[in-house]
Amino acid sequence: MPKAFTPKVVTANALIEGDVIYLTESGSWSRSHTDARLFTEEGPATAALSAAELQSSEIVGAYLADAEASPKGPKPTHFREAFRATGPSNYPHGKQVENV
Amino acid sequence: MYNYTDFDEAFVRSRVSQFRAQVERRIDGSLTEDEFKPLRLMNGLYLQLHAYMLRVAIPYGTISARQMRQLAYIADTWDKGYGHFTTRQNIQYNWPALKDVPDMLEALADVQMHAIQTSGNTIRNVTSDHFAGAAGDEVADPRPYAELLRQWSTDHPEFQFLPRKFKIAVTGAEADRAVIRSHDIGLQLLEQNGERGFKVIIGGGLGRTPMIGKVVRDFLPEADLLPYCEAIVHVYNTLGRRDNKYKARIKITVHENGIDTMRELIEARFAEIRPEFSGVDQELLAAIKAQFATPALREGDTAAYDSAYATDPVFRAWADTNLAAHRKPDHAIVTISIKAHGKTPGDATSDQMRLMAELAEEYAHGELRISHEQNVILPHVHKGDLPAIHAALSAAGLGTANIGLASDIIACPGMDYCALATARSIPIAQEIATRVDELKIEHEVGELKIKISGCINACGHHHVGHIGILGLDRAGVENYQVTLGGDHTETAAVGTRMGPGFSADEIVPAIERLMLAYLDLRSEKSETFLQTFRRLGDAPFKAALYPESEARNAA
Repeated sequence: MPKAFTPKVVTANALIEGDVIYLTESGSWSRSHTDARLFTEEGPATAALSAAELQSSEIVGAYLADAEASPKGPKPTHFREAFRATGPSNYPHGKQVENV
Repeated sequence: MYNYTDFDEAFVRSRVSQFRAQVERRIDGSLTEDEFKPLRLMNGLYLQLHAYMLRVAIPYGTISARQMRQLAYIADTWDKGYGHFTTRQNIQYNWPALKDVPDMLEALADVQMHAIQTSGNTIRNVTSDHFAGAAGDEVADPRPYAELLRQWSTDHPEFQFLPRKFKIAVTGAEADRAVIRSHDIGLQLLEQNGERGFKVIIGGGLGRTPMIGKVVRDFLPEADLLPYCEAIVHVYNTLGRRDNKYKARIKITVHENGIDTMRELIEARFAEIRPEFSGVDQELLAAIKAQFATPALREGDTAAYDSAYATDPVFRAWADTNLAAHRKPDHAIVTISIKAHGKTPGDATSDQMRLMAELAEEYAHGELRISHEQNVILPHVHKGDLPAIHAALSAAGLGTANIGLASDIIACPGMDYCALATARSIPIAQEIATRVDELKIEHEVGELKIKISGCINACGHHHVGHIGILGLDRAGVENYQVTLGGDHTETAAVGTRMGPGFSADEIVPAIERLMLAYLDLRSEKSETFLQTFRRLGDAPFKAALYPESEARNAA
């Protein structure tokens, strides 16, 4: 039996900087996971991913990542995506600094 | 040290300019990512979790003070002010922007460095003993042979698309400080009946299927090195499996075909191609050897060292732990720990890199080494200079006296940086090192190799750690599996996997219990952790790891 669809965001890396980015409601890309558009249905999610993959002059390696709703916006459900959203845990590099 | 020829220089410069054009075409949209990815990987550029990563080759771990200073400049100019030294004796920059990478490569070329073949299914950076040329126990300096192999393998047309990456290590001593038995080809210099040659080992490797290499030739004359290695890689290129990347390494080829069949095929190919090697390679080798002459070591008394050793316990602890015997008794080999308790193993800031460069220039003939254990070596230091070096290192956070001890941990970048990782490595290493410092037990525990990998690919060499830790993803939670009894040296062994893994919160107390159990179990102070494990087997250590199971069994 196919696995039931769980909510997802479209994520990728920015072509020039390599930063982790998320597809927003407006179709632009944000560095913040909380700005991401949360897809609760499979069709729109895969369509958004296909559209994102065409933007190869802006992004690299788009994929769907599991997430869930929270009062502050979508948040990751797996630790790998949580690290991608916040930055490495040994230095305050990346998102931790920017979000201070 | 080897200095590039005009040919080397022109080759590296042309690759930089070629890559600059490729980056421009990627950014302007002329190249898709699918087209660009193999090109960037050919130049050591990965895309990792948070950013690009540039892996720079440090052939056989040897680097000049000028080169180290340039690495610091690159860290400051295009990265975040630090670099990460790796188990392949390379350096990685974790935060470059794509548009800057050609400039970084140009800056590397300015000091005869590059990132060629630090990625891809090619022959990777040739590694060697980090004490090469200085250690008293070596037959000869292995680095000229490593340099010959580097030149032979760089852009070798037959070996640019191997089934998988291919790694060669060379040592000049019986004591294996280059992990040769865990390499695709391991070479050990020997002398037999006045002739110099190599013991040749193939099919070692860690990762998903860890294997200790097998001897394919007990003695290979020095002059046959290149044709024999070419024969090995040719046979692997022909037989190596391309249907399954997890079975593509030569260790599987050796395992599936048997070492005897491999030997026959290699010898047959060797016989075919040997006549093609007319002796030019040996002329080249002679020229390379001349560039690796031992520097003019100074004479002088060692009174400053003797005095500091007698009166300063901090210096004495550092000297006892971080110095190794140089072949000249009034000299020492200094290992600078870049494993200060609680810091990221292998990371050096640009200021620290500059200080190490200065110390190398002032006291160590301008030469440094990077060890596969992620530390930095000053190979030729007069003992009289050691107190001054120790003082300078200590002031810069580089004076930690922990080489070979529990906090001298190899840790791969793990999920903090690596796209392949399934769990983090660095924070576990930081927490273990912090804990052993709090307990003040690592000098009592003595020699203990803890090695941590954040995935099954085993870049942290966990299989050959006395204590190995493998980070995995278990149902969306980081989980750490322990192996014991591994050994990367001439008595190489793959560690034995213990029972169930530990959560991130449980793993540090579990390692602490292992160390305390060892202190209770050892027959005498001189018996190391590994010796105790080999004498008693895993049962008492398992009992320490899983005290609850032990209690249940006893009930």
